[in-house]
Amino acid sequence: MELIINGDRVEVPATITTVSSLLQHFGIDQKVVIVELNQEILEKASHHEATLSDRDKIEIVNFVGGG
Amino acid sequence: MSERYSRQELFTPIGKEGQSNIRQKHVLVIGAGALGTGSAEALVRAGVGKLTIVDRDYVEWSNLQRQQLYTEEDAENRIPKAVAAERRLKTINSDVDINALVLDVSVEEIEQLMDDVDLIMDATDNFDIRMIINDIAHKHRIPWIYGACVGSYGISYTILPGETPCLHCLLETVPIGGLTCDTVGIISPAVQMVVAYQTTEAMKILVEDYEALRKKVVSFDLWKNQHTAIQVDRLKKAGCSTCGEDPSYPFLSYSNQTKTAVLCGRDTVQIRPPEKRERDLEQLAEILAEQGGKVTRNPYLLSFHIGDHRLVLFKDGRVLVHGTNDTAEAKTLYHRYLG
Ligand SMILES: [Zn+2]
Repeated sequence: MELIINGDRVEVPATITTVSSLLQHFGIDQKVVIVELNQEILEKASHHEATLSDRDKIEIVNFVGGG
Repeated sequence: MSERYSRQELFTPIGKEGQSNIRQKHVLVIGAGALGTGSAEALVRAGVGKLTIVDRDYVEWSNLQRQQLYTEEDAENRIPKAVAAERRLKTINSDVDINALVLDVSVEEIEQLMDDVDLIMDATDNFDIRMIINDIAHKHRIPWIYGACVGSYGISYTILPGETPCLHCLLETVPIGGLTCDTVGIISPAVQMVVAYQTTEAMKILVEDYEALRKKVVSFDLWKNQHTAIQVDRLKKAGCSTCGEDPSYPFLSYSNQTKTAVLCGRDTVQIRPPEKRERDLEQLAEILAEQGGKVTRNPYLLSFHIGDHRLVLFKDGRVLVHGTNDTAEAKTLYHRYLG
């Protein structure tokens, strides 16, 4: 499946079906992120039920601490 | 009247009126590391009326690559960042009322910093303090601008009490220390980019051009050539205990005890005694010298090198234990040498 993540085309395995599994795939499921799916912001609680399809546009921002 | 601000006044959204607005404002910069030195310099050059900068640490060699107000001499002499920043800022613009405080900002200190502050710039390095800033900013209805960076990545968001969602709404929970403790380094353009986002938003607020604010969380990765801005208004929660209808400001309650904090990526633990007390550094220098080890001192702090460890004692009572990330070990050393 091809996704557009932060503007880049990214090929991900077909086993990735939800936003939760996508975050796990990238190893950022433990980080504090806000995810927008096709220009709609997601509540954290809905990450596991937000399903992904080919060509979905995803924006991920990671709240880092350093400064 | 000098030509100092002429280029900024020629910029239409600011103009002479905006400039006189900037001149009347007081900005509090919390942290004088990479982001803090960048923001402070930009705002002082821009001619803000008053700038208060607060930091708990001193200048080290590893800071010089990106912390733009400091020199080799500051690192050599372990000058507290707030002191070194103030010196440099005063030479950049003597028109600005610059206040520097060597202080570890936490719940006990933050209330007294809010006096006549118009804007708070976040230049901290952890979420514990950011949640405290978020609470106090809402209590006093002062805008604040989150900024952070790591590696080639950076993020910023402008929080207006009563309007935007707050940091508490966005994060829901406070990220645990370990997860934000980054050891992957940082490049200075990532710092400068966050500083550019933060200080531009700051200027808009100082000239009261609220319409022009970005209203989105912005993030970027300069090495990966990525840029993202997302609208987060929908994440504002009516029941939020910081910005909601019945706020309790949970991060402003505290317990009065010795507090330890691991400083990210520094192999250092900070210990704060339960109550504020001035340390007599001269007397301590004598006592510690008798215990073996090497003591060096400047007017602001005392450094005590013993074995693999170094303890740095500040006048305000805090101690940094270098050479460990283990809070228990740090406390042991603290009590061994300081009672
Ligand atoms: Zn909130």
